[in-house]
Amino acid sequence: MPDRDPSFKAVFRRHDVQIAVIVAVMVVLFSAISPSFLSASNGVSLLETYSVMAIMASGLLVVLISGGIDISFAAIAAVSQYLTATILVRSGGNWFVAFGLAAGFGALLGIVNALLIYYLRALAVIVTISTMTFYFAILMFVTEGKSIYNLPDWFTADLSLFGTPFPVVVAGIVLLLTVFFLSRLSIGRQIYGLGGNPEAAKRVGCNLLGLQCFVYGYSGFTAGIAGLVQAHRVEEVVPNALIGRELDVLAAVVLGGASLLGGIGTVSGTILGIVLLAILQNGLTLMGVSSYSFGFVTGLIILISVSATAYAAKRQQRRHVRHAN
Amino acid sequence: MASPCEGGRDADGAIMNPKSNHPEPPGQQIAPAFIEMRGISKRFGGVRALSDVSFSIQAAEIHCLAGENGCGKSTLIKILSGVYAPDEGQIVLEGKPHSHLTPAASQRFGVQIIYQDLSLFPNLSVAENIAFGHQVQTPLRFADYKAMRKQAQAVMERLKISLPLGALVGTLPIARRQLVAICRALAGEQARLVVMDEPTASLTHQEVDALLATIHELKRQGIATVFVSHRLDEVMTIAERVTVLRDGRNLGTYWVRDIDRRRLGELITGHVFENALKPPFTGKEHPVLEVRGLSCEGQYDGVNLQLRPGEIVGLIGRLGSGRTEFALSLFGMNPPDRGEIRVNGKPVHLRSNREAIRQKIAYVSEDRLSLGLVMPQTIADNTVISVLDRLRGPIGLIDGTLRAQTIERWIFQELRVKTNTADRPVQQLSGGNQQRVVLAKWLATDPRVLILDSPTVGVDIGAKAGIFQIVDALAARGLAILLISDEVEEVLYQSHRILVMRSGRIVGTYDPQHVSEQELRETIYA
Repeated sequence: MPDRDPSFKAVFRRHDVQIAVIVAVMVVLFSAISPSFLSASNGVSLLETYSVMAIMASGLLVVLISGGIDISFAAIAAVSQYLTATILVRSGGNWFVAFGLAAGFGALLGIVNALLIYYLRALAVIVTISTMTFYFAILMFVTEGKSIYNLPDWFTADLSLFGTPFPVVVAGIVLLLTVFFLSRLSIGRQIYGLGGNPEAAKRVGCNLLGLQCFVYGYSGFTAGIAGLVQAHRVEEVVPNALIGRELDVLAAVVLGGASLLGGIGTVSGTILGIVLLAILQNGLTLMGVSSYSFGFVTGLIILISVSATAYAAKRQQRRHVRHAN
Repeated sequence: MASPCEGGRDADGAIMNPKSNHPEPPGQQIAPAFIEMRGISKRFGGVRALSDVSFSIQAAEIHCLAGENGCGKSTLIKILSGVYAPDEGQIVLEGKPHSHLTPAASQRFGVQIIYQDLSLFPNLSVAENIAFGHQVQTPLRFADYKAMRKQAQAVMERLKISLPLGALVGTLPIARRQLVAICRALAGEQARLVVMDEPTASLTHQEVDALLATIHELKRQGIATVFVSHRLDEVMTIAERVTVLRDGRNLGTYWVRDIDRRRLGELITGHVFENALKPPFTGKEHPVLEVRGLSCEGQYDGVNLQLRPGEIVGLIGRLGSGRTEFALSLFGMNPPDRGEIRVNGKPVHLRSNREAIRQKIAYVSEDRLSLGLVMPQTIADNTVISVLDRLRGPIGLIDGTLRAQTIERWIFQELRVKTNTADRPVQQLSGGNQQRVVLAKWLATDPRVLILDSPTVGVDIGAKAGIFQIVDALAARGLAILLISDEVEEVLYQSHRILVMRSGRIVGTYDPQHVSEQELRETIYA
């Protein structure tokens, strides 16, 4: 674990702890209202449904920590999913080939983002919105929007490990991998440093191009894997199935405490952010509330979360001023 | 690579060898310099940043680089750190000449630069910041938190300071962040010279003392310090030698104990400042601003004040003495609990700054960067922002001619801001010129009372003199001025009357003719 102030009060000021408390309260609330909420089957199906989101969120988290942003990951997922599926259908293969192809295409498209951002010195948000449109438009143009249904049997067959569905296993591995390099490897600490103060990172000699290729490449890498897992789950490849998920994923990551200004964010927080969104949407469904209200509730929660973070920052600044006097 | 420069160049006849006049205390003889820059010149396009500057650093000395903005200090430092290559001249490191350095070579030799912004990572812990250099070398290595703490601990022990290793740097006050930056400079390869750019710009007196102790500790360990500063007081207390640059030329290197503050000021600016007291104030008009028994719980208590048109009253006190809180009350931004404020004899209730502006009171804040100016906007926009409602034409749109007239009058005629166009963002201006823009903005509101809160913070001393000329001219035109400061000299020579504030109370009223700097200092810091 990175260095942290371990005092009790500091623990409760931590964003992920606060979110965990909210999650716990909501679990109690929903299970009181709807008994089926706490059932094992509901839990497993929830995990499976949100595993694709969790995989993409890990990549986006890394980009946000580095001080950047990636809007194009859903488009990258769609493109690498389609390319991989086409190759698998034509020439066969196995899971290793499938993962290699999907993650490879994804990483490649992500690195294109990094190179554009680095060399054009353009805003990441503008670059990735453009590449999102570009990647997706090419996909639709070339495929004419046709879906792929004849996926190989080995690809669509149900898999599980100790009773855990395959998508959940993959999500778990990706999350662990992310935790590992963010907090255990030097490159992870450099990514935090880059997000915290880019100028300082440059001055201490960080390789900025390398770091950017890594973070956007990793975002593409996870997007590719997410696309593959999603195709496995729904047993088909529909070019536009993943488009429109960007903001949900972004919401979950920000809800989990990652800062859009960079330098701040954790995997545990991101998981909690996803769990919070999942429980909320699922709880509302079980209560029979129209799915149109999801957006309303999601938006509201994010607004509250962002205001709380901003308020805390403001209070801390005020403490500083008093300190200075 | 023959350098035209003979050894021991002595620009403008400066005292290079103090031995002739002063017997040296043992151990203070000039050893062969361990870094010597000889005849350095550098131009950027058509602008000469440095011409034929020679500058040498002894091992373990504390050397100040002084000069006004744009005199070439930062260029010289960047040449030393290998960021720029000089056009002419050479850099001699322990007797070995180099035509230029690279950042890596400079660091290998032990030169560590601490920039003014400190370049720390606010989101990482103190230990990680101090040991960050190791992260950079091998990105795929494990981040060893134990080793980082150990390294940070070792550096702190060396410097005899203590910092909370686990705390995030962003939660520390500036003074402690500075110590983190110094620790980081020493954590890397064997540091032999630490260069600090304006290290004291945002520190209080006490914090400066703490920094000074650390610099002396560096010296004891054989590490030289070069620092850049505007503040003459600090140069005089911290440095052993001072090198003065003006317009890209070296005016000489001096032992600090051989010159006084005033001489240093003259060298830096090239002007002779005669510190003349103001003649006694003779205005007989009724006070424009009167304050009686003004109090605000926990901030200040029972303050009385009378300001006549044309009068400059100095209010002096330490940070936290209540001076700024009192000033904010006069500007409607900090409503008082008790007492009375009268403007032109009529009692007023200043509940907001709009109210105060309507009563023709203007307030130039201490913190012009965050409160006074919209930095990325242009000079023109900043100037008219306070008077937009007066520039409205017949249908409510801004009248362009009126706007241009306002800007022409205040920016170019009255305050003579050094710029060819008012369409330049204010962040491109020097501190002194920014301060002029702030003044222009408030003068455009046509005030009768002008409150200046520490108007010369971060302004170099040549620009200071310029600002006070303006203040005098304004007073002569009938503005009543309240000048708030913590610099004794400034208040003594700039005011008709001096009030000293301590712990929220006015503890003394003085006539500058009958009080010394020393007496004032004792009252303030008693």
